[in-house]
Amino acid sequence: MDELKMLEQIERYINGQMSPDERVQFEQLRKTNPEIDQMVVEHTFFVHQFTHFDEIKKFKSKLNDIHIDLAEKGAIQSTRLQGRAKVVYLVNKYKRVAAIAASIAGITAIALSSLVVSVSPKAPAKEIAQLSRQIDALKRKDQELNQELNQVKNHVTTAPPDITYKTGGTGFLINTKGLLATNAHVIQNASHVVIQGNNGKDYAVQVVFMDMAKDLALLQIVDSSFKAPASLPYAIKQTPGELAEPVFTLGYPRNEIVYGEGYLSAKTGFKGDTMTYQIAIAANPGNSGGPILNKAGEVVGILSTKQTSAEGVVFATQSKFIHRAIDSLRRQDTAFGKVKLPNAGSLKNLDRTQQVKKIKDFVFMVKVN
Amino acid sequence: MKADNETLLLRGLAKNDRKAIETIYREHYNLVQALVLKNNGTAEDAKDVFQEAMIVLYEKAKSESFTLTSQLGTFIYSVCRRIWLKRLMHQNRFMIAEEGELELIGVEAEVEEQEQHNHEFATMEKAIGSLGEPCKSLLEAFYLEKRNMQDIALSFGYTNADNAKTQKYKCLMRLKKLFFSTYNSNA
Repeated sequence: MDELKMLEQIERYINGQMSPDERVQFEQLRKTNPEIDQMVVEHTFFVHQFTHFDEIKKFKSKLNDIHIDLAEKGAIQSTRLQGRAKVVYLVNKYKRVAAIAASIAGITAIALSSLVVSVSPKAPAKEIAQLSRQIDALKRKDQELNQELNQVKNHVTTAPPDITYKTGGTGFLINTKGLLATNAHVIQNASHVVIQGNNGKDYAVQVVFMDMAKDLALLQIVDSSFKAPASLPYAIKQTPGELAEPVFTLGYPRNEIVYGEGYLSAKTGFKGDTMTYQIAIAANPGNSGGPILNKAGEVVGILSTKQTSAEGVVFATQSKFIHRAIDSLRRQDTAFGKVKLPNAGSLKNLDRTQQVKKIKDFVFMVKVN
Repeated sequence: MKADNETLLLRGLAKNDRKAIETIYREHYNLVQALVLKNNGTAEDAKDVFQEAMIVLYEKAKSESFTLTSQLGTFIYSVCRRIWLKRLMHQNRFMIAEEGELELIGVEAEVEEQEQHNHEFATMEKAIGSLGEPCKSLLEAFYLEKRNMQDIALSFGYTNADNAKTQKYKCLMRLKKLFFSTYNSNA
Protein backbone atom coordinates (compact mmCIF):
# COMPACT_ATOMS: atom_id res chain seq x y z
CA MET A 1 0.00 0.00 0.00
CA ASP A 2 3.07 2.24 -0.13
CA GLU A 3 2.20 2.99 -3.70
CA LEU A 4 -1.23 4.18 -2.64
CA LYS A 5 0.37 6.69 -0.28
CA MET A 6 2.81 7.74 -2.96
CA LEU A 7 -0.03 8.30 -5.40
CA GLU A 8 -1.81 10.45 -2.85
CA GLN A 9 1.35 12.54 -2.45
CA ILE A 10 1.67 12.88 -6.22
CA GLU A 11 -1.92 13.98 -6.55
CA ARG A 12 -1.53 16.58 -3.83
CA TYR A 13 1.62 17.77 -5.54
CA ILE A 14 -0.03 18.03 -8.96
CA ASN A 15 -3.06 19.79 -7.55
CA GLY A 16 -0.88 22.25 -5.63
CA GLN A 17 -2.23 21.19 -2.25
CA MET A 18 1.16 20.88 -0.60
CA SER A 19 2.55 23.40 1.83
CA PRO A 20 5.67 25.23 0.51
CA ASP A 21 7.95 23.16 2.78
CA GLU A 22 6.41 19.90 1.67
CA ARG A 23 6.69 21.00 -1.91
CA VAL A 24 10.38 21.70 -1.71
CA GLN A 25 10.93 18.34 -0.06
CA PHE A 26 8.91 16.52 -2.71
CA GLU A 27 10.73 18.23 -5.54
CA GLN A 28 14.00 17.16 -3.97
CA LEU A 29 12.70 13.60 -3.87
CA ARG A 30 11.75 13.83 -7.54
CA LYS A 31 15.21 14.92 -8.47
CA THR A 32 16.97 12.17 -6.59
CA ASN A 33 14.57 9.38 -7.44
CA PRO A 34 13.92 8.96 -11.17
CA GLU A 35 11.29 6.29 -10.47
CA ILE A 36 9.15 8.75 -8.58
CA ASP A 37 9.75 11.39 -11.21
CA GLN A 38 8.49 8.95 -13.84
CA MET A 39 5.40 8.25 -11.74
CA VAL A 40 4.63 11.97 -11.52
CA VAL A 41 5.00 12.39 -15.27
CA GLU A 42 2.89 9.36 -16.04
CA HIS A 43 0.15 10.27 -13.62
CA THR A 44 -0.05 13.84 -14.87
CA PHE A 45 -0.33 12.58 -18.42
CA PHE A 46 -2.97 10.05 -17.51
CA VAL A 47 -5.16 12.40 -15.51
CA HIS A 48 -4.94 14.85 -18.38
CA GLN A 49 -6.02 12.09 -20.79
CA PHE A 50 -8.90 11.16 -18.54
CA THR A 51 -10.25 14.70 -18.11
CA HIS A 52 -9.56 15.59 -21.72
CA PHE A 53 -11.54 12.58 -22.88
CA ASP A 54 -14.53 13.71 -20.90
CA GLU A 55 -14.20 17.28 -22.15
CA ILE A 56 -14.06 16.23 -25.81
CA LYS A 57 -16.92 13.80 -25.33
CA LYS A 58 -19.09 16.60 -23.99
CA PHE A 59 -17.93 18.94 -26.72
CA LYS A 60 -18.81 16.38 -29.38
CA SER A 61 -22.30 15.88 -28.03
CA LYS A 62 -22.76 19.65 -27.91
CA LEU A 63 -21.70 19.87 -31.57
CA ASN A 64 -24.19 17.18 -32.48
CA ASP A 65 -26.86 19.00 -30.58
CA ILE A 66 -26.13 22.25 -32.38
CA HIS A 67 -26.02 20.47 -35.73
CA ILE A 68 -29.51 19.03 -35.29
CA ASP A 69 -30.78 22.31 -33.96
CA LEU A 70 -29.44 24.35 -36.87
CA ALA A 71 -30.59 21.81 -39.45
CA GLU A 72 -34.10 21.96 -38.05
CA LYS A 73 -34.13 25.73 -38.12
CA GLY A 74 -32.86 25.62 -41.69
CA ALA A 75 -29.80 27.68 -40.76
CA ILE A 76 -27.55 25.13 -42.45
CA GLN A 77 -28.44 23.11 -45.52
CA SER A 78 -30.60 20.16 -44.59
CA THR A 79 -28.38 17.14 -44.34
CA ARG A 80 -31.01 14.56 -44.98
CA LEU A 81 -31.88 13.52 -48.48
CA GLN A 82 -35.42 12.35 -48.40
CA GLY A 83 -37.51 9.68 -50.12
CA ARG A 84 -36.72 9.15 -53.80
CA ALA A 85 -33.81 11.53 -53.85
CA LYS A 86 -31.98 9.44 -51.31
CA VAL A 87 -32.66 6.19 -53.16
CA VAL A 88 -31.47 7.65 -56.45
CA TYR A 89 -28.40 9.02 -54.72
CA LEU A 90 -27.55 5.67 -53.13
CA VAL A 91 -28.19 3.73 -56.33
CA ASN A 92 -25.89 6.00 -58.26
CA LYS A 93 -23.24 5.83 -55.62
CA TYR A 94 -23.19 2.07 -55.21
CA LYS A 95 -24.35 0.62 -58.51
CA ARG A 96 -20.86 -0.28 -59.66
CA VAL A 97 -19.96 -1.88 -56.33
CA ALA A 98 -23.28 -3.76 -56.28
CA ALA A 99 -22.76 -5.09 -59.80
CA ILE A 100 -19.27 -6.36 -58.95
CA ALA A 101 -20.45 -7.90 -55.68
CA ALA A 102 -23.36 -9.65 -57.39
CA SER A 103 -21.18 -11.19 -60.09
CA ILE A 104 -18.59 -12.35 -57.54
CA ALA A 105 -21.35 -13.93 -55.47
CA GLY A 106 -22.75 -15.67 -58.55
CA ILE A 107 -19.41 -17.10 -59.62
CA THR A 108 -18.63 -18.23 -56.08
CA ALA A 109 -21.98 -19.98 -55.74
CA ILE A 110 -21.55 -21.89 -59.00
CA ALA A 111 -17.96 -22.83 -58.19
CA LEU A 112 -18.88 -24.01 -54.71
CA SER A 113 -21.82 -26.10 -55.80
CA SER A 114 -19.79 -27.86 -58.48
CA LEU A 115 -17.06 -28.47 -55.93
CA VAL A 116 -19.52 -29.94 -53.45
CA VAL A 117 -21.04 -32.20 -56.09
CA SER A 118 -17.62 -33.48 -57.14
CA VAL A 119 -16.21 -34.21 -53.69
CA SER A 120 -19.21 -35.47 -51.71
CA PRO A 121 -18.97 -39.20 -51.03
CA LYS A 122 -21.16 -41.44 -53.14
CA ALA A 123 -22.24 -44.37 -51.06
CA PRO A 124 -25.37 -46.34 -51.83
CA ALA A 125 -28.22 -45.69 -49.43
CA LYS A 126 -28.78 -49.36 -48.74
CA GLU A 127 -25.58 -49.41 -46.72
CA ILE A 128 -27.51 -47.96 -43.85
CA ALA A 129 -29.25 -50.35 -41.56
CA GLN A 130 -31.58 -49.17 -38.90
CA LEU A 131 -30.71 -50.70 -35.64
CA SER A 132 -34.13 -51.63 -34.42
CA ARG A 133 -34.31 -55.14 -33.15
CA GLN A 134 -36.43 -58.04 -34.29
CA ILE A 135 -37.47 -59.53 -31.03
CA ASP A 136 -37.52 -63.24 -31.16
CA ALA A 137 -41.17 -64.02 -30.91
CA LEU A 138 -40.51 -67.73 -30.45
CA LYS A 139 -39.03 -67.06 -27.07
CA ARG A 140 -42.44 -66.86 -25.59
CA LYS A 141 -44.11 -70.07 -24.79
CA ASP A 142 -47.27 -71.03 -26.54
CA GLN A 143 -48.95 -71.49 -23.24
CA GLU A 144 -48.12 -68.02 -22.18
CA LEU A 145 -49.44 -66.70 -25.43
CA ASN A 146 -52.71 -68.49 -25.05
CA GLN A 147 -53.03 -67.28 -21.54
CA GLU A 148 -52.42 -63.72 -22.58
CA LEU A 149 -54.88 -63.94 -25.41
CA ASN A 150 -57.48 -65.22 -23.01
CA GLN A 151 -56.75 -62.40 -20.67
CA VAL A 152 -57.24 -59.86 -23.44
CA LYS A 153 -60.54 -61.47 -24.29
CA ASN A 154 -61.70 -61.53 -20.70
CA HIS A 155 -60.60 -58.16 -19.40
CA VAL A 156 -60.63 -54.73 -20.94
CA THR A 157 -57.90 -52.92 -19.14
CA THR A 158 -56.14 -49.58 -19.50
CA ALA A 159 -52.87 -51.23 -18.67
CA PRO A 160 -50.52 -51.90 -21.58
CA PRO A 161 -52.16 -54.54 -23.73
CA ASP A 162 -50.51 -57.92 -23.70
CA ILE A 163 -49.08 -58.20 -27.12
CA THR A 164 -46.11 -59.92 -28.61
CA TYR A 165 -43.70 -57.13 -29.43
CA LYS A 166 -41.84 -57.85 -32.59
CA THR A 167 -39.34 -55.04 -32.81
CA GLY A 168 -37.67 -52.77 -30.35
CA GLY A 169 -35.08 -50.22 -29.57
CA THR A 170 -33.93 -48.03 -26.73
CA GLY A 171 -35.20 -44.77 -25.31
CA PHE A 172 -34.14 -42.51 -22.46
CA LEU A 173 -35.83 -40.00 -20.21
CA ILE A 174 -35.27 -36.34 -21.08
CA ASN A 175 -37.28 -34.78 -18.29
CA THR A 176 -38.59 -35.83 -14.91
CA LYS A 177 -42.21 -35.89 -16.09
CA GLY A 178 -41.79 -39.04 -18.16
CA LEU A 179 -40.82 -37.66 -21.56
CA LEU A 180 -38.49 -39.96 -23.52
CA ALA A 181 -36.41 -39.57 -26.63
CA THR A 182 -35.88 -42.39 -29.11
CA ASN A 183 -35.52 -42.90 -32.88
CA ALA A 184 -38.43 -42.30 -35.19
CA HIS A 185 -37.60 -45.48 -37.13
CA VAL A 186 -37.96 -47.56 -33.96
CA ILE A 187 -41.60 -46.67 -33.60
CA GLN A 188 -42.70 -46.09 -37.16
CA ASN A 189 -45.58 -48.29 -38.36
CA ALA A 190 -46.23 -49.20 -34.74
CA SER A 191 -49.69 -50.03 -33.53
CA HIS A 192 -48.57 -50.36 -29.93
CA VAL A 193 -45.57 -48.98 -28.13
CA VAL A 194 -44.58 -49.74 -24.55
CA ILE A 195 -41.35 -49.27 -22.71
CA GLN A 196 -39.69 -51.61 -20.27
CA GLY A 197 -37.53 -50.34 -17.49
CA ASN A 198 -34.34 -51.82 -16.12
CA ASN A 199 -36.50 -53.45 -13.45
CA GLY A 200 -38.43 -55.39 -16.10
CA LYS A 201 -41.66 -53.46 -15.65
CA ASP A 202 -43.70 -52.27 -18.66
CA TYR A 203 -45.09 -48.75 -18.94
CA ALA A 204 -47.66 -47.48 -21.46
CA VAL A 205 -46.46 -44.56 -23.59
CA GLN A 206 -47.89 -42.19 -26.17
CA VAL A 207 -46.01 -40.90 -29.18
CA VAL A 208 -46.07 -37.11 -28.92
CA PHE A 209 -43.52 -36.12 -31.57
CA MET A 210 -42.04 -37.72 -34.65
CA ASP A 211 -39.58 -36.38 -37.19
CA MET A 212 -38.49 -38.96 -39.76
CA ALA A 213 -35.95 -36.61 -41.36
CA LYS A 214 -33.98 -36.26 -38.13
CA ASP A 215 -34.96 -39.77 -37.04
CA LEU A 216 -36.19 -38.43 -33.73
CA ALA A 217 -39.32 -39.28 -31.75
CA LEU A 218 -40.55 -38.27 -28.31
CA LEU A 219 -42.68 -40.54 -26.15
CA GLN A 220 -44.68 -39.56 -23.09
CA ILE A 221 -45.20 -42.13 -20.33
CA VAL A 222 -48.92 -42.22 -19.56
CA ASP A 223 -48.85 -45.05 -17.06
CA SER A 224 -50.02 -44.23 -13.54
CA SER A 225 -47.57 -46.73 -12.08
CA PHE A 226 -44.62 -44.67 -13.34
CA LYS A 227 -42.84 -42.94 -10.48
CA ALA A 228 -41.36 -39.63 -11.62
CA PRO A 229 -37.73 -39.25 -10.54
CA ALA A 230 -36.71 -36.13 -8.61
CA SER A 231 -34.07 -35.21 -11.17
CA LEU A 232 -32.13 -36.60 -14.11
CA PRO A 233 -28.42 -37.32 -13.65
CA TYR A 234 -27.45 -36.16 -17.15
CA ALA A 235 -27.83 -32.93 -19.12
CA ILE A 236 -28.97 -32.72 -22.76
CA LYS A 237 -26.29 -30.68 -24.54
CA GLN A 238 -27.20 -27.86 -26.92
CA THR A 239 -23.75 -27.64 -28.43
CA PRO A 240 -22.24 -30.35 -30.63
CA GLY A 241 -19.68 -32.78 -29.30
CA GLU A 242 -15.99 -32.51 -30.15
CA LEU A 243 -14.07 -34.62 -32.60
CA ALA A 244 -12.30 -37.56 -30.92
CA GLU A 245 -14.29 -37.05 -27.74
CA PRO A 246 -14.75 -40.39 -25.96
CA VAL A 247 -18.42 -41.37 -25.72
CA PHE A 248 -20.45 -44.25 -24.35
CA THR A 249 -23.95 -45.60 -24.76
CA LEU A 250 -26.45 -47.78 -22.98
CA GLY A 251 -29.04 -49.78 -24.86
CA TYR A 252 -31.09 -52.93 -25.16
CA PRO A 253 -29.74 -55.06 -28.02
CA ARG A 254 -30.96 -57.95 -25.89
CA ASN A 255 -33.25 -58.18 -22.90
CA GLU A 256 -30.47 -56.94 -20.67
CA ILE A 257 -29.08 -53.40 -20.66
CA VAL A 258 -25.74 -53.33 -22.50
CA TYR A 259 -22.91 -50.81 -22.20
CA GLY A 260 -20.72 -49.80 -25.13
CA GLU A 261 -18.01 -47.24 -25.57
CA GLY A 262 -16.23 -45.52 -28.44
CA TYR A 263 -15.38 -42.08 -29.71
CA LEU A 264 -16.81 -39.34 -31.89
CA SER A 265 -15.10 -39.99 -35.21
CA ALA A 266 -16.61 -37.29 -37.45
CA LYS A 267 -18.73 -34.23 -36.91
CA THR A 268 -21.01 -35.15 -39.80
CA GLY A 269 -22.89 -38.32 -40.52
CA PHE A 270 -23.57 -40.53 -43.54
CA LYS A 271 -22.77 -38.72 -46.81
CA GLY A 272 -21.87 -35.56 -44.95
CA ASP A 273 -25.24 -35.24 -43.18
CA THR A 274 -24.81 -32.30 -40.79
CA MET A 275 -27.64 -33.37 -38.49
CA THR A 276 -25.74 -36.43 -37.28
CA TYR A 277 -22.31 -37.48 -36.06
CA GLN A 278 -20.25 -40.47 -37.00
CA ILE A 279 -19.30 -42.53 -34.00
CA ALA A 280 -17.01 -45.50 -33.68
CA ILE A 281 -18.79 -47.78 -31.26
CA ALA A 282 -19.98 -51.35 -31.18
CA ALA A 283 -23.73 -51.26 -31.75
CA ASN A 284 -26.28 -53.90 -32.55
CA PRO A 285 -29.91 -53.89 -33.57
CA GLY A 286 -31.74 -52.70 -30.48
CA ASN A 287 -29.25 -49.97 -29.64
CA SER A 288 -31.29 -47.55 -31.77
CA GLY A 289 -32.57 -44.61 -29.75
CA GLY A 290 -30.01 -45.01 -26.99
CA PRO A 291 -28.26 -41.97 -25.56
CA ILE A 292 -24.70 -41.10 -26.60
CA LEU A 293 -23.00 -39.58 -23.59
CA ASN A 294 -19.64 -37.83 -23.27
CA LYS A 295 -17.19 -38.35 -20.44
CA ALA A 296 -18.88 -35.72 -18.29
CA GLY A 297 -22.08 -37.74 -18.57
CA GLU A 298 -23.85 -35.27 -20.84
CA VAL A 299 -26.08 -36.48 -23.65
CA VAL A 300 -24.56 -35.39 -26.97
CA GLY A 301 -26.59 -37.52 -29.35
CA ILE A 302 -29.02 -40.35 -30.03
CA LEU A 303 -27.66 -43.49 -31.62
CA SER A 304 -29.59 -44.14 -34.83
CA THR A 305 -28.08 -46.04 -37.76
CA LYS A 306 -25.00 -47.95 -38.79
CA GLN A 307 -23.22 -48.44 -42.04
CA THR A 308 -23.59 -52.08 -43.08
CA SER A 309 -20.51 -52.08 -45.31
CA ALA A 310 -18.19 -51.05 -42.50
CA GLU A 311 -17.85 -52.38 -39.00
CA GLY A 312 -18.18 -50.06 -36.04
CA VAL A 313 -19.39 -47.07 -38.07
CA VAL A 314 -22.48 -45.73 -36.35
CA PHE A 315 -24.38 -42.49 -36.81
CA ALA A 316 -26.05 -40.51 -34.08
CA THR A 317 -28.58 -37.67 -34.24
CA GLN A 318 -27.19 -34.56 -32.54
CA SER A 319 -28.71 -33.82 -29.16
CA LYS A 320 -29.54 -30.22 -30.03
CA PHE A 321 -32.41 -31.57 -32.11
CA ILE A 322 -34.06 -32.77 -28.91
CA HIS A 323 -34.13 -29.13 -27.85
CA ARG A 324 -35.51 -28.18 -31.27
CA ALA A 325 -38.20 -30.84 -30.98
CA ILE A 326 -39.24 -29.53 -27.56
CA ASP A 327 -39.41 -26.01 -29.01
CA SER A 328 -41.76 -27.13 -31.77
CA LEU A 329 -43.83 -29.16 -29.29
CA ARG A 330 -44.24 -26.04 -27.18
CA ARG A 331 -45.59 -24.17 -30.16
CA GLN A 332 -48.05 -26.93 -31.08
CA ASP A 333 -49.37 -27.83 -27.66
CA THR A 334 -49.64 -25.63 -24.60
CA ALA A 335 -49.48 -28.75 -22.41
CA PHE A 336 -45.74 -28.82 -23.20
CA GLY A 337 -45.27 -25.14 -22.42
CA LYS A 338 -43.46 -25.87 -19.20
CA VAL A 339 -41.30 -28.76 -20.38
CA LYS A 340 -37.72 -28.17 -19.34
CA LEU A 341 -34.76 -30.23 -20.40
CA PRO A 342 -32.02 -30.83 -17.85
CA ASN A 343 -29.11 -28.50 -18.57
CA ALA A 344 -26.86 -29.53 -15.73
CA GLY A 345 -25.90 -33.09 -14.92
CA SER A 346 -24.45 -34.54 -11.74
CA LEU A 347 -22.03 -37.07 -13.26
CA LYS A 348 -19.06 -34.94 -14.11
CA ASN A 349 -16.39 -36.21 -11.77
CA LEU A 350 -17.64 -39.74 -11.23
CA ASP A 351 -15.92 -42.77 -12.65
CA ARG A 352 -17.64 -44.64 -15.44
CA THR A 353 -19.14 -47.45 -13.32
CA GLN A 354 -20.71 -44.90 -11.00
CA GLN A 355 -22.02 -42.91 -13.97
CA VAL A 356 -23.58 -45.96 -15.59
CA LYS A 357 -25.08 -47.05 -12.30
CA LYS A 358 -26.83 -43.70 -12.07
CA ILE A 359 -27.92 -43.55 -15.70
CA LYS A 360 -29.20 -47.07 -16.25
CA ASP A 361 -32.53 -46.50 -14.49
CA PHE A 362 -33.32 -43.74 -16.96
CA VAL A 363 -32.74 -45.84 -20.08
CA PHE A 364 -35.65 -47.98 -21.24
CA MET A 365 -36.30 -50.69 -23.76
CA VAL A 366 -38.82 -49.56 -26.35
CA LYS A 367 -41.03 -52.42 -27.50
CA VAL A 368 -43.11 -52.08 -30.61
CA ASN A 369 -45.78 -54.14 -32.26
CA MET B 1 -13.64 44.63 -37.78
CA LYS B 2 -14.04 41.09 -39.03
CA ALA B 3 -10.81 39.99 -37.38
CA ASP B 4 -11.99 41.41 -34.05
CA ASN B 5 -15.22 39.51 -34.38
CA GLU B 6 -13.37 36.32 -35.08
CA THR B 7 -11.12 36.79 -32.05
CA LEU B 8 -14.22 37.19 -29.94
CA LEU B 9 -15.70 34.05 -31.43
CA LEU B 10 -12.56 32.08 -30.64
CA ARG B 11 -12.57 33.33 -27.09
CA GLY B 12 -16.17 32.21 -26.81
CA LEU B 13 -15.29 28.85 -28.29
CA ALA B 14 -12.46 28.41 -25.79
CA LYS B 15 -14.98 28.92 -23.01
CA ASN B 16 -17.23 26.33 -24.63
CA ASP B 17 -19.88 28.99 -25.22
CA ARG B 18 -22.82 27.65 -27.17
CA LYS B 19 -23.61 30.93 -28.94
CA ALA B 20 -20.08 31.19 -30.34
CA ILE B 21 -20.06 27.57 -31.54
CA GLU B 22 -23.45 28.09 -33.17
CA THR B 23 -22.25 31.17 -35.00
CA ILE B 24 -19.17 29.44 -36.39
CA TYR B 25 -21.25 26.43 -37.36
CA ARG B 26 -23.85 28.56 -39.13
CA GLU B 27 -21.31 30.52 -41.12
CA HIS B 28 -18.98 27.80 -42.28
CA TYR B 29 -20.78 24.49 -42.41
CA ASN B 30 -22.42 24.75 -45.82
CA LEU B 31 -19.17 25.28 -47.67
CA VAL B 32 -17.63 22.17 -46.09
CA GLN B 33 -20.70 20.09 -46.84
CA ALA B 34 -20.57 21.15 -50.47
CA LEU B 35 -16.92 20.11 -50.67
CA VAL B 36 -17.55 16.66 -49.20
CA LEU B 37 -20.68 15.99 -51.25
CA LYS B 38 -18.87 16.93 -54.44
CA ASN B 39 -16.09 14.49 -53.59
CA ASN B 40 -17.69 11.12 -53.04
CA GLY B 41 -18.97 11.88 -49.54
CA THR B 42 -22.32 11.88 -47.81
CA ALA B 43 -23.93 14.51 -45.60
CA GLU B 44 -23.00 12.30 -42.66
CA ASP B 45 -19.34 12.40 -43.72
CA ALA B 46 -19.55 16.18 -44.01
CA LYS B 47 -20.89 16.47 -40.49
CA ASP B 48 -18.08 14.23 -39.17
CA VAL B 49 -15.36 16.15 -40.95
CA PHE B 50 -16.69 19.53 -39.91
CA GLN B 51 -17.03 18.53 -36.28
CA GLU B 52 -13.52 17.16 -36.34
CA ALA B 53 -12.30 20.54 -37.53
CA MET B 54 -14.32 22.22 -34.80
CA ILE B 55 -12.48 20.10 -32.24
CA VAL B 56 -9.15 21.15 -33.75
CA LEU B 57 -10.23 24.76 -33.52
CA TYR B 58 -11.44 24.27 -29.96
CA GLU B 59 -8.11 22.83 -28.83
CA LYS B 60 -6.29 25.67 -30.56
CA ALA B 61 -8.52 28.35 -29.07
CA LYS B 62 -7.89 27.01 -25.58
CA SER B 63 -4.12 27.29 -25.85
CA GLU B 64 -2.99 30.80 -25.08
CA SER B 65 -0.22 30.78 -27.64
CA PHE B 66 -2.60 30.42 -30.56
CA THR B 67 -3.32 33.32 -32.85
CA LEU B 68 -5.21 32.91 -36.05
CA THR B 69 -2.95 33.72 -38.98
CA SER B 70 -5.68 33.51 -41.58
CA GLN B 71 -9.38 34.09 -41.71
CA LEU B 72 -11.41 31.70 -39.59
CA GLY B 73 -13.24 30.37 -42.65
CA THR B 74 -9.99 29.63 -44.45
CA PHE B 75 -8.64 27.75 -41.47
CA ILE B 76 -11.75 25.59 -41.08
CA TYR B 77 -12.02 24.90 -44.78
CA SER B 78 -8.34 23.96 -45.05
CA VAL B 79 -8.55 21.58 -42.09
CA CYS B 80 -11.71 19.93 -43.43
CA ARG B 81 -10.25 19.54 -46.88
CA ARG B 82 -7.11 17.97 -45.49
CA ILE B 83 -9.07 15.54 -43.27
CA TRP B 84 -11.36 14.53 -46.12
CA LEU B 85 -8.46 14.04 -48.51
CA LYS B 86 -6.81 11.72 -46.00
CA ARG B 87 -9.98 9.71 -45.50
CA LEU B 88 -10.44 9.32 -49.23
CA MET B 89 -6.88 8.15 -49.58
CA HIS B 90 -7.51 5.60 -46.87
CA GLN B 91 -10.28 4.12 -49.01
CA ASN B 92 -8.07 4.36 -52.10
CA ARG B 93 -10.27 7.02 -53.58
CA PHE B 94 -9.20 10.48 -54.61
CA MET B 95 -10.53 13.96 -54.91
CA ILE B 96 -12.12 14.56 -58.25
CA ALA B 97 -13.38 18.10 -58.16
CA GLU B 98 -10.58 20.63 -57.90
CA GLU B 99 -11.68 23.98 -56.61
CA GLY B 100 -9.56 26.85 -57.86
CA GLU B 101 -10.85 30.01 -56.31
CA LEU B 102 -10.76 29.20 -52.58
CA GLU B 103 -7.80 30.21 -50.50
CA LEU B 104 -6.00 27.44 -48.63
CA ILE B 105 -3.39 27.34 -45.89
CA GLY B 106 -1.10 24.55 -44.80
CA VAL B 107 -2.56 22.63 -41.86
CA GLU B 108 -0.74 19.31 -42.05
CA ALA B 109 0.69 19.63 -38.55
CA GLU B 110 -2.71 20.45 -37.04
CA VAL B 111 -4.42 17.52 -38.71
CA GLU B 112 -1.61 15.18 -37.71
CA GLU B 113 -1.93 16.32 -34.12
CA GLN B 114 -5.66 15.82 -34.25
CA GLU B 115 -5.14 12.25 -35.45
CA GLN B 116 -3.00 11.62 -32.39
CA HIS B 117 -5.79 13.07 -30.22
CA ASN B 118 -8.34 10.87 -31.94
CA HIS B 119 -6.19 7.86 -31.22
CA GLU B 120 -5.95 8.82 -27.55
CA PHE B 121 -9.67 9.45 -27.41
CA ALA B 122 -10.50 6.04 -28.91
CA THR B 123 -8.02 4.33 -26.59
CA MET B 124 -9.53 5.95 -23.52
CA GLU B 125 -13.03 5.21 -24.73
CA LYS B 126 -12.19 1.55 -25.09
CA ALA B 127 -10.40 1.43 -21.73
CA ILE B 128 -13.29 3.08 -19.88
CA GLY B 129 -15.73 0.86 -21.76
CA SER B 130 -14.09 -2.28 -20.46
CA LEU B 131 -13.51 -0.90 -16.96
CA GLY B 132 -17.12 -1.36 -15.82
CA GLU B 133 -18.97 -0.11 -12.77
CA PRO B 134 -18.55 1.05 -10.04
CA CYS B 135 -14.96 1.87 -11.06
CA LYS B 136 -16.05 4.20 -13.85
CA SER B 137 -18.34 6.27 -11.64
CA LEU B 138 -15.84 6.25 -8.80
CA LEU B 139 -13.05 7.69 -10.96
CA GLU B 140 -15.40 10.20 -12.57
CA ALA B 141 -16.58 11.37 -9.17
CA PHE B 142 -13.00 11.95 -8.06
CA TYR B 143 -11.23 13.26 -11.15
CA LEU B 144 -14.03 15.01 -13.02
CA GLU B 145 -16.53 16.10 -10.41
CA LYS B 146 -13.64 16.67 -7.96
CA ARG B 147 -15.64 15.41 -5.03
CA ASN B 148 -13.78 14.63 -1.82
CA MET B 149 -13.27 11.09 -0.55
CA GLN B 150 -15.56 11.53 2.45
CA ASP B 151 -18.43 12.44 0.16
CA ILE B 152 -17.61 9.66 -2.32
CA ALA B 153 -17.43 7.04 0.44
CA LEU B 154 -20.88 8.08 1.58
CA SER B 155 -22.60 7.99 -1.81
CA PHE B 156 -20.88 4.78 -2.99
CA GLY B 157 -21.59 2.99 0.26
CA TYR B 158 -18.01 2.50 1.51
CA THR B 159 -17.60 2.35 5.26
CA ASN B 160 -15.01 5.14 5.37
CA ALA B 161 -12.89 7.44 3.25
CA ASP B 162 -9.85 5.16 3.51
CA ASN B 163 -11.83 2.31 2.06
CA ALA B 164 -13.00 4.47 -0.82
CA LYS B 165 -9.39 5.58 -1.37
CA THR B 166 -8.21 1.99 -1.69
CA GLN B 167 -11.00 1.21 -4.12
CA LYS B 168 -10.24 4.29 -6.17
CA TYR B 169 -6.58 3.32 -6.27
CA LYS B 170 -7.40 -0.16 -7.51
CA CYS B 171 -9.76 1.21 -10.16
CA LEU B 172 -7.19 3.74 -11.31
CA MET B 173 -4.52 1.06 -11.64
CA ARG B 174 -6.87 -1.09 -13.70
CA LEU B 175 -7.81 1.75 -16.02
CA LYS B 176 -4.17 2.74 -16.44
CA LYS B 177 -3.30 -0.81 -17.36
CA LEU B 178 -6.15 -0.99 -19.88
CA PHE B 179 -5.24 2.36 -21.36
CA PHE B 180 -1.49 1.97 -21.62
CA SER B 181 -1.60 -1.56 -22.99
CA THR B 182 -3.33 -0.25 -26.13
CA TYR B 183 -1.70 3.15 -26.13
CA ASN B 184 1.86 1.86 -26.02
CA SER B 185 1.32 -0.98 -28.45
CA ASN B 186 0.06 1.45 -31.10
CA ALA B 187 2.41 4.31 -30.40
